[in-house]
Amino acid sequence: MLSGMKVKVLCRNPDDYVRETTRDIQRVPRNYDPTIHPFEVSREYTRALNATKLERIFAKPFVASLDGHRDGINCLAKHAKTLSVVLSGACDGEVKIWNLSKRECMRTIQAHEGFVRGICSRFCGSSFFTVGDDKTVKQWNMEPPGRGLQEEPLNTILGKAVYTGIDHHQTEGTFATCGQTVDIWDEQRSSPIRSFSWGVDSFSCVRYNPVETELLASCASDRSIILYDMRESAPLKKIIMQLRSNTLCWNPMEAYNFTCSNEDYNLYTYDMRRLDVPVTVHMDHVSAVLDVDYSPTGKEFVSASFDKTIRIFPKNSGHSREVYHTKRMQHVICVKWSADNKYILSGSDEMNIRLWKANASEKLGLLTPREKAALNYNQKLRDKFQHHPQVRRIARHRHLPRDLFKQKRELREMKEARRRK
Amino acid sequence: MAGGGNNEEELSPDDEHIISASEEEDGSDDESKHAKLLEAISSLGKRKRMKRTERSEASVQVSEFSVNADGTGEKVNLSDLLGTMDKTPGAPNKTKQQLKNLQNRKETLELPLSKQQTEKIQREVAYDKSSKEVSRWETVITQNQKAEQLVFPLRQDPTGPKRMEQVVAGWKAKTPLEKEIFSLLHSNNQPIHDPLLTPAEEASIKAMSLEEAKIRQAEFRKARVLQSYYEAKARRERKIKSKKYHKLQKKAKVKAFLKQFDEMMKTDPAGALEELKKMELSRMQERMSLKHQNSGKWAKSKAIMAKYDDAARKAMQEQLEMNKQLTQKLVVPSDDDDDEERNVEEADALPDFVNDPEPILDSVNPWMRGKLTQEHSEPEVTAVATETADEEEEENEEEKLLREFERKRKLRQDEDDDLVPVPQEEKQEEVAGENVIQISDDEDKEEEEEEVVVSEFNSLFNRLMKSSSVPPVPEQTGAEEAELLDEGLVRVRTMDDLEALQQDVVMDTTQPAPASATPAPSMETTSEPPKKKKKKKGIDPNEVLTKEAKVIKMPLAPTVVEEEEEEVHAEQTAIIKEAFAGDDVISDFLKDKRKQEKAGQAEVVDLTLPGWGEWGGVGLKPSKRKRRKFRLKAPAPPLRKDQNLPDVIISEKRNSSVANHQVSQLPFPFQNSTQFESCVRFPVGQTWNTQTTFRKLTAPKVVTKMGAIIEPMSKEDLPPVKESSGAGSGATIVLGEKVEEETKKARRRNPLQKKKKKSRQ
Repeated sequence: MLSGMKVKVLCRNPDDYVRETTRDIQRVPRNYDPTIHPFEVSREYTRALNATKLERIFAKPFVASLDGHRDGINCLAKHAKTLSVVLSGACDGEVKIWNLSKRECMRTIQAHEGFVRGICSRFCGSSFFTVGDDKTVKQWNMEPPGRGLQEEPLNTILGKAVYTGIDHHQTEGTFATCGQTVDIWDEQRSSPIRSFSWGVDSFSCVRYNPVETELLASCASDRSIILYDMRESAPLKKIIMQLRSNTLCWNPMEAYNFTCSNEDYNLYTYDMRRLDVPVTVHMDHVSAVLDVDYSPTGKEFVSASFDKTIRIFPKNSGHSREVYHTKRMQHVICVKWSADNKYILSGSDEMNIRLWKANASEKLGLLTPREKAALNYNQKLRDKFQHHPQVRRIARHRHLPRDLFKQKRELREMKEARRRK
Repeated sequence: MAGGGNNEEELSPDDEHIISASEEEDGSDDESKHAKLLEAISSLGKRKRMKRTERSEASVQVSEFSVNADGTGEKVNLSDLLGTMDKTPGAPNKTKQQLKNLQNRKETLELPLSKQQTEKIQREVAYDKSSKEVSRWETVITQNQKAEQLVFPLRQDPTGPKRMEQVVAGWKAKTPLEKEIFSLLHSNNQPIHDPLLTPAEEASIKAMSLEEAKIRQAEFRKARVLQSYYEAKARRERKIKSKKYHKLQKKAKVKAFLKQFDEMMKTDPAGALEELKKMELSRMQERMSLKHQNSGKWAKSKAIMAKYDDAARKAMQEQLEMNKQLTQKLVVPSDDDDDEERNVEEADALPDFVNDPEPILDSVNPWMRGKLTQEHSEPEVTAVATETADEEEEENEEEKLLREFERKRKLRQDEDDDLVPVPQEEKQEEVAGENVIQISDDEDKEEEEEEVVVSEFNSLFNRLMKSSSVPPVPEQTGAEEAELLDEGLVRVRTMDDLEALQQDVVMDTTQPAPASATPAPSMETTSEPPKKKKKKKGIDPNEVLTKEAKVIKMPLAPTVVEEEEEEVHAEQTAIIKEAFAGDDVISDFLKDKRKQEKAGQAEVVDLTLPGWGEWGGVGLKPSKRKRRKFRLKAPAPPLRKDQNLPDVIISEKRNSSVANHQVSQLPFPFQNSTQFESCVRFPVGQTWNTQTTFRKLTAPKVVTKMGAIIEPMSKEDLPPVKESSGAGSGATIVLGEKVEEETKKARRRNPLQKKKKKSRQ
């Protein structure tokens, strides 16, 4: 009787539900059959909408403000080897070295009389250079002097004219200054090893190409941008724009692209091989753009403007993806993107250096793997549904102060009118 | 040099003069004395002057090859040298000819270019060179742009364990303990760095020769093979369920053991004794345990069954016997050896499930154990090497699964589509189909071929109308605006604010919607109503309504579409007019409209159940009151928009509440709406995807490491150039040539210079 019957026994495989170690998360058996998971698009759409909302709510980019300067900040520089150290030069000739993790000033140097016009760190991070209105180039030790000793520069070079900018070579002991001419200096010598001039003009900025390290570019006051090769005796090429460019920055991941910040409220990205037409024109500022710096990944750049805002542009987009402003921030003179691609530093007229997150809604600090996975998923969803009107509207909304808003509207109207003609 | 030469030349006539004077006045002594004096003086002066020249020309006279600097003052003209050329037999004729030509030519050389021009040329060349240099990066940059994921910093140390040498080389003793250990090692001649072996170890390694090692390896291999063979065999045997087989097996084993034991008694008494002791011990354990005491579950069940079942009774008796045997006191150990041993063997060999109350340990079901069984773990251990391959397979399986799911999902969606809403394209087709049918209804007499022709006309007509009426969409402005940030005065702080923001959107989108009613490649806008309108535009009803023109023969064959449009256009319009000449388009249209209106009206639902609350049966109808009560009339639908427009049908199928969530324009990178839709339809989440695919799908585009400085790209990232050393020299040569070329070009460009020179001549 018994042998004739078939007994079916429930049999479960412990491999399916038993953890290998107690640290593992509980295993949940899943059935991916789509018939039991319906409405996938609508569910994901809702998730995307929520993710976008949360992103906007968590978008609090302002991290800290470093105060202590007694005049407007004129230039900023990153330490070449340490993320937490930042140098700043003010309009009263003072240079301060900041520790970002502690958010405090480590050292103050009265470097120049008059403005500190330019500041840059040596590639090894052992020393830094400043130029000022007192026609000097000074090299300083990055280490503070011993107790009771005075701050003395390692080297001082007295020039004939005012220097307005400085930049250091990426791997060698040479640096470039600009003023009435663009000069290339050897660190060991007190006179320039090469000096370029092309017409009578004064320069506002000179930058080494970080990738092709022998190339330089400078902005001149006669509305031109000039390219140089350090190995050649003469400049390479000049483009003249409609208005003056204030600064420029090379893309650290694309050897031939650079972006310049212009007085006509726009930024222009050029390919140095085809200088007749800019690759992209980046619009959105409503006043002169004063400084620009690329993110170390070369995907985006940040610009500082006279209109009291900072904007972040994707490198190939005509419009900004982000705008940062605070009530108290005045004209932003200089801006830097930190070398770990996480933060942005801005120095402004009202004597403060501000630290911002490069990605406004990013959570700082360590993330657990599950958090990371969730964030990635949300990001993916936002990307996927970015064209849907509701999602787009929320993702794109930014607050703007009233006067800026008005100015912007005015500009837009002007542009429309011009187009209609 | 030149100055010195001049001096001498000036001097030379003086010399001659002096010499001649001395020769003239040989006769008179006074005069000769005077002359001598003069000579001396002059010679003094001469010497002085000579000295000066000598001093300035020291290097010429004191030559390291001891060549006299005799003819220093004399100039060598080119013509002097050339004069000798004719006489020298060694010189080739060609060069002589060339030289002659040169002599005959009267032109002077061209002027060098002005400084500005040369600079310009130099700049151009240098710029070309540097831009070429920079272009080397192009491949890397495009590669990075296309990359699915970029991990920064670009150059990272390889993860995973480092090689022993690397670790050891970089390590230094820091703590005092480490230092002490190091000193000890040093004193023992323990090498710290490379070979990492003591001399003794090295010697031992050397002692084992290659052949020996091979033999050993072979032995090991053999042993391993044997082991695995036996394991497999044992496993196989254990799986056999036949009781008889196991019984036989047991008996054979016992026999074999006995034999072995006997042999052992003879050959190795000490070993046998040990074996005996072991057996004794196992017997003691057996006695101590509750085995064979008839107290187990099995025994109890058998006791119940023993009344009726012979087999059970037998089993019981066996058990009892065993028990007796075990509990017996051993009088003569040597006699009972065999029995005991048999007992032990039997006890061991008995399938455990016979005795054990809970068959856990060696159960048939390997899943019922907490740990992995050996059978499972073994293949894992052996398959370490081929793990990657397995993984791939797994992935493949996963992909298969996913594909299957995707297929199912599509199927389901298709079903849904069939059931519920109306995707527009299909709808369009349906409409077209209806038209065709109607036309054929009207013209019953005509043949099927003509129908086909008509349908073709229909489609042609549609296409024509579309091409003529749809204005080009200004896509650019849309794209531009899409990129813009939406900057406003509202500051969003909470979810409520965001909700409010959304409502604004709804308001915004609804307002401009009618204004921009362009039938762009959209997802949801139904293009049905405009089509109807077009029909109106295309055909003048007054013309069409002439019923007399009903019978028209179609002399034309199906039109060839490939013909040039301009020619065809007029023809086609004519054809279309002809084709629709017989149709009563207006009545069709009115019918259509009525149909749509009807479809829009809510129907009356009758919920009366006969027999409830009253008598039921054949021929009995529910009462009027009841019918009135249970007939539900839906509320009247809102008025149609086209109520007062007799010649327009406005479709009401567009759901405005859904439209707010739908994309109205095709986003930039997509080519057509199906692409976009398929992209949206494919879910990304964990609910629909396996863990690995989920991870793959949601991988971020840029990954940065916390606290790591991202250096700019360096020359090491460049792909290797073919000839690094040769390229440099080649480049310089090319450069030189280029400069020449450029100068030539420049000269060609400004012929003014040449003219000037000529005029000078």
